[in-house]
Amino acid sequence: MEALLAFVIGLLTACGVYLALRGRTFPVVLGLTFISYAVNLFLFSMGRLSIGQPPVISVSANAYADPVPQALVLTAIVIGFAMTAFVIVLALKARADLGNDHVDGQN
Amino acid sequence: MNLFFAVLTPFLGAVLVAWASRFGRSHAAWAAGGVALTALAWLSPLLSQPFAGTTVVQRLEWMPSVGLDLVFRLDGLGLLFAGLILGIGLLVILYARYYLSERDSMGRLYAYLLLFMGSMLGVVLSENLIQLLIFWELTSLSSFLLIAYWREREMARMGARMALAITGAGGLALLGGILLLGEITGSYELSVILASGDLIRGHSLYLPTLILVLLGAFTKSAQFPFHFWLPHAMAAPTPVSAYLHSATMVKAGVFLLARLFPALSGTPEWSWLVGGAGLCTLLLGAVVALFKHDLKGLLAYSTISHLGLITLLFGIATPMAVVAGVFHIINHAIFKASLFMAAGIIDHETGTRDMRRMQGLWQFMPFTATLAMVAAASMAGVPLFNGFLSKEMLFVEASEMASQQSFGWLLPVTVTVAGIFAVAYSLRFIHDVFFGGKPLELPRTPHEPPRWMKVPVEVLVLLCLVVGLFPAQTVAPLLAVAAASTLQTALPEYNLAIWHGFNPALWMSVTALVGGVLLYLVRRPFSLLHDRFEGQLDARRLYNALLQGLMVIARRITALLDVGSLQRMVFVFIGFALLLGWMGWSGDRSVLTGSRPLLPVDAMSLLVTAVLTVISVAVVILHRQRFTALVLVGFVGLVVSLIFVKFSAPDLALTQLLVEVVTVVLLLLALYFLPQHSPVESHPLRRSRDGLLALLVGGGVGALAWAVLTRPHSSIGDFFLANSVSGGGGSNVVNVILVDFRGFDTLGEITVLALAGLAVYALLEKLHISGPSQNADGRDWNWDLHPVIMASFTRLLLPLALLVSVFILLRGHNLPGGGFIAGLVTAVALIMQYLANGVAWTHSRLSANMHPVVGVGLLIATLTGLGSFVFGYPFLTSTFGHMKWPLVGDFELASAMAFDLGVYLVVVGATLLILIHLGLMHGKEPVRGKGGH
Repeated sequence: MEALLAFVIGLLTACGVYLALRGRTFPVVLGLTFISYAVNLFLFSMGRLSIGQPPVISVSANAYADPVPQALVLTAIVIGFAMTAFVIVLALKARADLGNDHVDGQN
Repeated sequence: MNLFFAVLTPFLGAVLVAWASRFGRSHAAWAAGGVALTALAWLSPLLSQPFAGTTVVQRLEWMPSVGLDLVFRLDGLGLLFAGLILGIGLLVILYARYYLSERDSMGRLYAYLLLFMGSMLGVVLSENLIQLLIFWELTSLSSFLLIAYWREREMARMGARMALAITGAGGLALLGGILLLGEITGSYELSVILASGDLIRGHSLYLPTLILVLLGAFTKSAQFPFHFWLPHAMAAPTPVSAYLHSATMVKAGVFLLARLFPALSGTPEWSWLVGGAGLCTLLLGAVVALFKHDLKGLLAYSTISHLGLITLLFGIATPMAVVAGVFHIINHAIFKASLFMAAGIIDHETGTRDMRRMQGLWQFMPFTATLAMVAAASMAGVPLFNGFLSKEMLFVEASEMASQQSFGWLLPVTVTVAGIFAVAYSLRFIHDVFFGGKPLELPRTPHEPPRWMKVPVEVLVLLCLVVGLFPAQTVAPLLAVAAASTLQTALPEYNLAIWHGFNPALWMSVTALVGGVLLYLVRRPFSLLHDRFEGQLDARRLYNALLQGLMVIARRITALLDVGSLQRMVFVFIGFALLLGWMGWSGDRSVLTGSRPLLPVDAMSLLVTAVLTVISVAVVILHRQRFTALVLVGFVGLVVSLIFVKFSAPDLALTQLLVEVVTVVLLLLALYFLPQHSPVESHPLRRSRDGLLALLVGGGVGALAWAVLTRPHSSIGDFFLANSVSGGGGSNVVNVILVDFRGFDTLGEITVLALAGLAVYALLEKLHISGPSQNADGRDWNWDLHPVIMASFTRLLLPLALLVSVFILLRGHNLPGGGFIAGLVTAVALIMQYLANGVAWTHSRLSANMHPVVGVGLLIATLTGLGSFVFGYPFLTSTFGHMKWPLVGDFELASAMAFDLGVYLVVVGATLLILIHLGLMHGKEPVRGKGGH
């Protein structure tokens, strides 16, 4: 299972990096979204993987997943949304001011 | 704690005043005066202590684990300065009320003024030197704002920038000096440093320390050769000049000399550096002042000269010279503030400050003229006025130095020459302005200013007289405690009297007075000479050249590093990260795969991974068709939330799922304004190069993840798991971490979220962009939107969804859920209304103004945190208890839930703020309605 997650993280990173290197704003934003997924999963995986052991205290559970990376990633997901929003609005602004959507502001 | 609150009051007051100015100009003035009085009231219970010989030290533990405390100190010197800052500050506040014209913002001036007042109080009341430095830098920043108050004027901006550059650079040097002092003595607290003078002077780092500290003091106090910023700072409104250049800003430098006097003085280096700079400044300022045609320019150079005088006295460094230096600090503050105010009145009433254009103003404003004459006499050092006393003390010290050194005679000669010039420029200030014929084509017909504009000047001039006539009965006790705390030893014997008999000092005074009058009479040829060469020999040129050189270098370096292409920069950045990663990897011989037992792979996971791979690759291939790519990205997000489900992270799964919804809506809204397709423009070679880099980075990150995942692990998570129920009162550990254990982090995070929301709003506010009138296939948009069935359903769903979100919010402490998730559920539910029912329909029912929601959320979260102070616990300590509700039964109530409510409101507010305003952009469309109903 670890290999699968490592593969997924690598895959999402690779797609994100490729898109982030494109010349137009929209694919770059999509690339950043991909990189956010990969980073969140990567951070999350720092607590190692466990199945069926959510960190909710109960009498029947005998082990729990590490709650710390989960707490970190939870806020990271929400802030990631805010960042995406900011970047995409910045892209709109660039489009409006420069008349094109190239990341360097020139066609 | 009183000292802490005294310093804090002006800072808080600045906000209050900015707000109060909405209600009128007088309200702002009253509020500002009230703030200054409040600060004074905080100090008042302690005022008697320095007179009793005690030094008050108040400590507020801040970060005891690293030895950082907020420590304040009130001794004689601090008391004297605090009195000057607050006393003259009050007069300036009153004066400024009548000085500013209707066009100028009252609130802004007062807010800046109070910021500055608080910073100055911090400087003079700090016990810790690092803390002192922070306030020192704050004075530089707030004086920048004050000098640039008329920000539309280029001179004001230039003057402010120059003052900031010079005093800021000095502050940097001072930081170095303070760090060295801390290194030598092992403490940053004044009580230790002031007692270790011998240790410091004997240390090998003494000279660098001294030079760095002096750089700080000299730049601030406009000592030669850093004096040139001060005349340019005259672009500030006159009340600001009266405040900054009499009692406060420039006095901070001499305050530092006085403060560190016991620690650093008493060596030849000190005498030469401090005395030398003081002597040069004294003479230079006095000479240049005589030839300035601008009233404030004359006063500016006179200020420079008097600061040089004070510095010279500290440089002479005998106990008596220090007493004289402290005395002159008081006297100069009083007469210079009144002179600046008088100059402001003249400027205000005549519309000009050029002394060549005005004369004979006596007939228009005899009362102001009388006040100005008293103050100017004090500045010139005429007997019976306060300036005479301290100047006489300087003459005594200088004449005594004459016999002690070779070339010692130079000292009394130079100060006498400076005295001659001081008399001459004071005479010019009075005679050129008020006498000597009729005024020439003044912009306005002058008359006496409003009653209350004169009051501050009257108070100060009265002080000049009272101190000048009865020094022993008035200023003596204050001077004694201030000088004693400067020296940190017993005071020398002295007698504050006007008449000391026929001694050399008297003859120097007489020479200065007679010579000054003569010089004034024959000044014309010199004045012409000065006008001819003005600006030729100016340290400002050096400053400008240095600044330009710096700019050129900075631009070159920037051009070297930044090629102006984001694509290339991102490529370099990622490539460099890859290189660093590879270097870290290759240096280490440990194996890639660790020893942790692996989880078995099941068929479903394999299938999901395969699907994810296909979709991700599809996004990359199809990314030019933006809409398709966006839909596929949404799918990727859903799979990511499935991964969280699989690996025991229900909170994350819920959050990811909901964020995915709002992200896709967001990107869809934005995509409307962007081209629907990306053109093919990069070379295939470039694409394969990017692809290669992406594969390498992906491979590296994957390998890293694999290496971590297969290694055993121990985590601080165990602590949270063990203490979550007993300490935080909740069994959902993730939520307890967020709102309780690490609540401070979460507070920071929701603040970021709120800021991002506001930033998006601000960007959209000024955005003018129009989308296409047709879709990508060339068909007109169909504005007849909102299918009936969907609209009805979402309306029905809304209360249900809101109920769910409340449920999730409430249970979040114990079961998956909480403020973040509940906030997103609410946001999605409301966004659905926009999507299904349209902007107009929803807009009439739900306000687009989400700022209050965000604000209230942040406020609730912060207040919950502050609430724990009331019970004597640190910030954000939470508590919980159980209560019985009828019907519901046992119900747990934790203070962290209030915090979570704050989180909830911020998430709802910020998310909706972003999406609604982006959605409203569509409403602005001119094409709206086309295609029609």
